Parts: sequence; C-alpha cells; structure tokens
Amino acid sequence: MGSLRSLAAGLAAVLLSTLLVLHTLALAQTALPLAEDPVLEERVKRISNDLRCLVCQNETIAVSSADLAVDLRRQVREQLRAGRSDDEIRAYMVARYGEFVLYRPPFKPTTVLLWLGPFALLLGGGALLYYLLRQRAAARPPLPEAERDRARALLKDGSP
Amino acid sequence: MKRYLIPLALFLVLAGFLAVGLQRDPRLVPSPLIGKPVPVFSAPRLDQPQTVVTPAELRGQVWVLNVWASWCVPCRIEHPLWVDFAKTQKVALVGLNYKDKRDDALAWLQRYGDPYRLSLADNGGQIGIDWGVYGVPETFIVDREGVIRHKHIGPVTPEAMRDDILPMLRKLGA
Amino acid sequence: MIPEIGHFAMVLALVVVVLGQSVLPLAGVWRGQQAWVAMARPAAVLHFALLAFAYGCLTAAFINNDFSVLLAAQHSNSALPLMYRITAVWGNHEGSILLWALILAGWTVAVALRSRQLPDAMVARILGVMGLLSCGFLLFTLLTSNPFERMLPAAADGQDLNPLLQDPGMIFHPPLLYMGYVGFSVTFAFAVSALMSGRLDATWARWSRPWTTVAWCFLTLGIALGSAWAYYELGWGGWWFWDPVENASFLPWLAGTALIHSLAVTEKRGGFKMWTALLAIITFSLSLLGTFLVRSGVLSSVHAFATDPTRGVFILGFLCVVIGGSLLLFAWRGPKVGLGGAFEPVSREGMLLANNVLLLVATAAVLLGTLYPLVLDTLNLGKISVGAAYFEAVFVPLMAPALFLMGVGPMSRWKRAELPELAVRLRWAAAVSCIAALCATVAMNLISPTERGLSPLVGFGLLMAAWITCTTALTLYSRVQGWPLSQWMPRLRQQTSSWYGMLLAHFGMAVLIVGVTLVRGYESEVAVRMAVGDVAQSGGYTFKLARLSPIDGPNYTAMRADFVVTKGERLIETLHPEKRVYTVSRMPMTEVSIDRGVTRDIYVALGEPLDGGAAWAVRLYYKPFVNWIWAGCVLMALGGFLAVADRRYRLRRTESAALPGGLPAAANPGA
Repeated sequence: MGSLRSLAAGLAAVLLSTLLVLHTLALAQTALPLAEDPVLEERVKRISNDLRCLVCQNETIAVSSADLAVDLRRQVREQLRAGRSDDEIRAYMVARYGEFVLYRPPFKPTTVLLWLGPFALLLGGGALLYYLLRQRAAARPPLPEAERDRARALLKDGSP
Repeated sequence: MKRYLIPLALFLVLAGFLAVGLQRDPRLVPSPLIGKPVPVFSAPRLDQPQTVVTPAELRGQVWVLNVWASWCVPCRIEHPLWVDFAKTQKVALVGLNYKDKRDDALAWLQRYGDPYRLSLADNGGQIGIDWGVYGVPETFIVDREGVIRHKHIGPVTPEAMRDDILPMLRKLGA
Repeated sequence: MIPEIGHFAMVLALVVVVLGQSVLPLAGVWRGQQAWVAMARPAAVLHFALLAFAYGCLTAAFINNDFSVLLAAQHSNSALPLMYRITAVWGNHEGSILLWALILAGWTVAVALRSRQLPDAMVARILGVMGLLSCGFLLFTLLTSNPFERMLPAAADGQDLNPLLQDPGMIFHPPLLYMGYVGFSVTFAFAVSALMSGRLDATWARWSRPWTTVAWCFLTLGIALGSAWAYYELGWGGWWFWDPVENASFLPWLAGTALIHSLAVTEKRGGFKMWTALLAIITFSLSLLGTFLVRSGVLSSVHAFATDPTRGVFILGFLCVVIGGSLLLFAWRGPKVGLGGAFEPVSREGMLLANNVLLLVATAAVLLGTLYPLVLDTLNLGKISVGAAYFEAVFVPLMAPALFLMGVGPMSRWKRAELPELAVRLRWAAAVSCIAALCATVAMNLISPTERGLSPLVGFGLLMAAWITCTTALTLYSRVQGWPLSQWMPRLRQQTSSWYGMLLAHFGMAVLIVGVTLVRGYESEVAVRMAVGDVAQSGGYTFKLARLSPIDGPNYTAMRADFVVTKGERLIETLHPEKRVYTVSRMPMTEVSIDRGVTRDIYVALGEPLDGGAAWAVRLYYKPFVNWIWAGCVLMALGGFLAVADRRYRLRRTESAALPGGLPAAANPGA
C-alpha cells in the first residue's frame, strides 16, 4: 500500500515538473544576444583575446571587467564596423599602448630568439645528442677477435 | 672537461637577468608616444562645455597635461604638488578630466584647488585612449613643437617632480 | 602568548636543523665521527615536530580570530567560515612560506624514517643537504617574512580572505602543489649527496626513483586542481592561461617528467648517470625558481603575492647558493664519473633519451616565453607581452613527437631494438589509430551541436590520443601474445605494478589529450541579455531564467539566478549561478553553476546587471569532454602511485647488496 502511494507521488511529481517546464517554455521569450551583431562580436572576441588589459595586466581585454577594457572593446567593435582589418586595429592599439598590449609578440629582430629559439634548441639538442652518442660508440674499444669467437660459442651452445 | 661548467654558466646568466629584473617594475608600461606629435583631439572646456580646444592652440609653448578624475584617490594625493606648481612655475598646466561628471569635477576643483591654466573634459575616455592613458593620474610634458617628450605614470611624487619633471621642463626651455 | 611560542619554536627548529641535521652529520661523514652522523635522523624528527607546532600556533591564531597577529588581521575575518580560516593561513606569502618549510620538514622525516636500508653516511648526507635547504627557508621566514608579527593595538576585525580564495579548491591546491615542489628536493638531495660521495650508480637511481615519482604525482594533482579551480572560479570557462605563475608550476612538472624517465634508464641500465643527476638538480631548481618568480615581484601575475624587494633579493641569493653550488659540484664531479651501459640509437634508451630532449626543449621554451619580457626589459629593448598565442604555437609542435614516441618506447627493447621489427609490431596500432581518429572526428562533427568544419587540429589530437591508446593496449597484449588463453591471467598477474603504472599513466595522457582536443574544437559560448522568463539556446540546450532572488551568505550578499535547462522536452538540470558581493572587501565575485557530465559540462555564469537590474548579461557555455582533461591528470597520478607500489621498492637492502655491482634484482625482465 505504501509503495503504491509513493509511486503515485513520484508520478505526480514528474508530471507536475514536466507540465511546469512546458508551461514556462510556452510563455517564454527568446533572450536577445548581448551583442547587436553576433557575427561581428565573434571577430571582436577573437581580436580582444589577443590584447592585454593594461589595468589588471593578466587578463585579455575580452574577459576583463576594467573600465578601460570595456572602452577598448568598444573601440575594436566600432573600428570593425567601420571596416578596418584585424591588423589595422592591432596597429591602432600598438600606436597608443606599445607592443605590451599584444599577447602574441610580433616577429621582429628583438624577438627572433623568442620565436626561433625553441626550434633551434631542438635541432641543436638533437645534433649534440647524435654527436655524443657517436663519440661514445667510438670511444669504446671493440671486442678482441678471440673474445668475440668465445662469445659466439657461448651463445650457441650455452656452455663455457 | 669544460662542458660540465655549461649549466652553471647558463644559470649565472639567468641569475644576472633576474637580479636586474628585481629593480624593474613589470607593471610599468612605457609610452610609445614619446617623441611623437600630440594626438589630435578636440576637447570641450570643463568650465565652458560649448568651447572646444585643439592642440593647435597650445603650439609654441611648453605645456604639461595632467590627467585626473574626481573619483581617483591617488589624484588627491598628488594634487597639492600641482597647486604648488601653478604658484611657482610659469609653464602652462592643462588638466584633462577623464571619464568623470562635470559637476563632480568642478566641485572637486573647488574643494582642493584649481591649478590648471586650462581645464578640459574627456567624459567618454576617447582622448585618453589616444594618449595611451591606462590609469589615472598620468602626466605628459609637451614641447613647443607639439611633440610629447615625457610621460609620468601614476601620482607625481616630490622626487619625481624634482628629478624628472622640473629638469625636463628646464631642458625644453620653459 | 601563543604566537610568540610559535615564533620561538621556529627559531628552535632552525637551530636544530643547522646543528643537528646538517652541520654535525655532514662534518661527521667527513671526519668519520659516527656519533655525529647518527644525529641526523632524530634531529630531522625534532625539526619537523617543532615546525608542526609553530604552524599549529599560527593556525590557532587564525581559528581564534586573534587579530593582534598581523597576518590574521590582513587575511582573515570573524565572519569567515572555519574551514577558510584554516586555509587562510596559507593564503598569503608568510603563511605559505611556513607551509613550504613544514612540508620540507615532512619530506625530510619521511626520508629519515624510510631509509633504514641505506648506509648511515648516505642518509646523513641526504638529510644534511635537505637541512641546508630548510635552513635557507627558515632564515628567509624569520628575517623577511615573519608570520607571527604582531599588530598593536589589535585590529577590531580582519580584512577578510580574498573572495577568490574562499573556495574548496583552496583547501587542496596549494598543499598538493607544495608537496610536489618540495618533494623534488628529495631527489635533489639524493643527487647532490651522490655527487659529493662520488658514487653515482644504479642503486642511487633505484632509491631516488620512488621519491621522484611520488613528488611528480602530487605536482600533477596540484596543477590539475589549480586548472579545475580556475575553470569554475574565474567564470569564463578557461582552464589554462599560460600565466607566469602557472608556467612556474609547469616547468618543474615537465622537467620532473623527463627526470622519472631518465631515472628509469639509470636504474635499469646504469646509463645517463650524469645527465640524470643534472636533471635532478634542474627540476628542483625550477621549483625554487617558481618560488622566486611568485614572491619577488619580478613578473606580474594574478597569482603573485604582495611583493617586497628585500624578499626577492633574499630568494635570489638563496637560489644562487643552492643552484650555483650544486651545479658547481656537478661541474667538479662530472668528469670523474664514468659512462653507463652502451646502447644503440634505436633502443629503449635511445627513445627515452629523445623523450628527455623533447621535454627539456619544451621546458626551455616555456621558460623562454615566461622570462623573455623580463630579459628584454632589463636590456632596455622595450616591453612586450608573451601570452597564450606564443606558447600554443611553440609547445604543441614540440610535444607531438614526444607523444608519438610514447607509443614506440614501451615496445622497444633495451640496448638495441630493430627498427623493422618495431614497425611490424606497430603497424596494426598505427592503422587502428588512424581509422579510430578519423571516425571519431567525423562522428564528433555529426553529433556536435556546434557548427564546425572538419578541423585538422582536432583530427591530429585525436590521432595522437588513439595512437597512445592503441600502443598501450598493444604493449599489454604483447605480454600474453603466443600464450594460451588460460595462461593470460597468470601472465598478467606476473607483470610488475610499475609496468602497469606506466601503462596507466600513458593512457591518462591520452585521455587528457582527448579532453583538450575536443573541448577546444567543439566548445561554444553564448552571451545573452536575459530577464526573468527569457529563454536562450546554447550547445543544443535550452536555458530559461526562471527566477532572480537576492540571498545572504555568511560574509556576502548575492543575487542568485535559477536557470531551467532542457534538451527538447527533457529536463536536464536547474542551475543556480550567483553574483556575490563580499561584505568586507566589497569585491564582486561570479559563482558559476555547472552541470557536470562525462561527455559535457553545461556552464552558466552571471555577468553584470543591465537596465538597473531588470535584466542580466548571462554567459552560457557548452564544454564537451572538458572533464576528461582532469580525469586524464588523475589517471596519470594514479599510474605514478601504482608504479611506486612496486614490490621491488620494498626489498630489503641485504637482498640487493648480494648482487654484484649493486644492481637491483629484476623481478621481471620486461618491466
């Protein structure tokens, strides 16, 4: 008897919550995207993700809540609307704030070591390794012929 | 076997960089505008919003731009230095009120003193962006040809006034 | 009174460490004075007891809301829940340095107590070196970062713990990380004492290995927890930012991974001796470097503690003494230690060597990127920023060959492997991986609610994960290949736990790669303006803002939103993100609400109120397979713990000493 009652209660709960959900969905109003133009906003986000917030300094202007970040995001949006390219917008920011504002460091004489360093190290490391291994192999004296025969015999029939 | 000394040598180089790095401030962002002409702007005057000022009107003299706001606490700390500056120096001090409300700004100047020969307003922050302002207060020194020669980030201290700003002004023939 | 007692205990601990644990035992080894040498172990225990007591005194001050202790006044508050009053002790520079010192003492005691089988002289050297490290940390604490500093008159109440730290993640993340960082000091001490004695052999490697692996496991868990914490705490769905302090923890992990692989070779084959010793020094040096970077103010980071130039100078000096000293020792002893066993380039040794090169280059790359802005600034060449874009561009291509080798290495024989033979054994794994990756990519594209084209990067990531999984399975199968089915279970039971540990850890890596690849390839974020009653779509799910209610917490007020999440007709979950304002600090905090799942996370965050609170900016995220990232890390750590549980680490000294040359008894030639 008790199990029937709890079953009924359970069914009622499921029914009620489903109805509630459907009811609320029926009355629902579709939320507007925060941005007027989601396609444009994607581009804004992409560019903002590479720009450093100068106030907090450890966030991109895409996520920072600082006033300056909000202002700069607006700048990016307006410039994109005006038809500027990604590079032009980045140049605009650099002209005002210096290269510090770019999270992707530009490739120029002072950053050659940064961008090429790891791969140079890889090649260098690999070459060094190869050279060292060859040197070690050469440094080891080869087994004298008599010993070599003895080893062969041992391996063949397992008796010294 | 000299090669076993390589790790030590590399470490000492690294330690050297770190030692020098300890004396630097990683948060200080130098301005790319030093040595470049003043960014073009047209700013309304704080006291007469209908009147608009452009950099051309300031050409021919050395002038100092001080970016401030009534909501900015460090600005209050540096302000007495500017009040003194206005009394003792002949150089034109121009105030740029940044992202503020006109009434608040005027009340603040009323309360703490108005050292500015000319007070401009940048309510939207656009002029600030063009000057590369990222925190208030900031101070710029502009020479007779309209080229930015110095930027001071943060509140001006007596040391900075004595060691950086006044000497620079003297050098520019203020 | 209690803080002063705690302070005194710290001073006592310093005296005990300097005299009893370091100076006398090391002198005793040099002079042959057995009595002095025997002091090391008890001194270590006393040192730990005193520091634990001191730490307890500090914790007591926080728990009892003693705001005459400056640290409590700065980082705690009477309204702070008890749990966070306890964790607030390490939520600041001074307390966390004391924790560092305590954990170092803890590892020292562990070494003291679990090294009965080692010769006394060796133990004395190891404890002595660790004691010198402890001495440095205690001096640093006492001279520049005293946690027991008083504030008179006492503050009425504290300034509260940073709201970002008032979170369960705080309970585990720093302690786990420190267990890892500090744990590498054991291997460092082993290496340095071996260099001091001139005996660098397979026995040394055998004893070092489990300590290194355990430290590595803790560091893996600590980093994973930090990442998971950032994911839900910061409110933007990100989980790795290449922030300087994150990199500072990643560097010892990369070097530590190279180290555990290198130790495998030294233990098994006696090779790479000098390289392994150097790597042990490098790994711990990177731990210390991380400490320096976080606390000196040299780099700007969200993690950085409040900085003080004196502290930076002290730590740098400490770094020079420890790292400079050990590298000098290395340079001096280097030429005297002989070469290990020979091997061909194509062999397991060769693969592990390649693994080391790749991992070390990756470490160097991360170090380069982290320090480059500093280097340019000191040379007056301008100020730049090096962010995620750089690290991803450089790190991923470096890791790819290492991941490929992960599959080949375990299948290769020691000393010499035949390339054609390997190719034949691996061809099935290669074929299956390619097909699996292709199918998975296509399948994800079809079922994923986000619009993406077929991405080569996703395909490549899945290929690497499939490759590792298939080769791991193949390695497993190779042990029972050729045996009748009835013999499979006995054969598998014969394999060592260290071998299983390796397989599990490698598999964990594959899981992690799947998570990273799929979440990057298919995640979606929707930012909408929502008022009560509004509905939005994201990632195939429907979100309805049912209610907004203001609530009161123990030390904050908040606006809580109730979201009903449905898929089609089916109710999935109700989510309750909050926007909190903490009473004391007035800091606004986003508390996201996440519906976690094996195949996806649904993540809702409140942004700002709009139109005076009538509506809110809301961010709705769909994160497929994101939990595989941390699941992978946990599997890697489990693999490490499994490897340490191997029987051979529990063998008595007498057994191993019976063998010529001190080589370990191999329980299973294939392990």
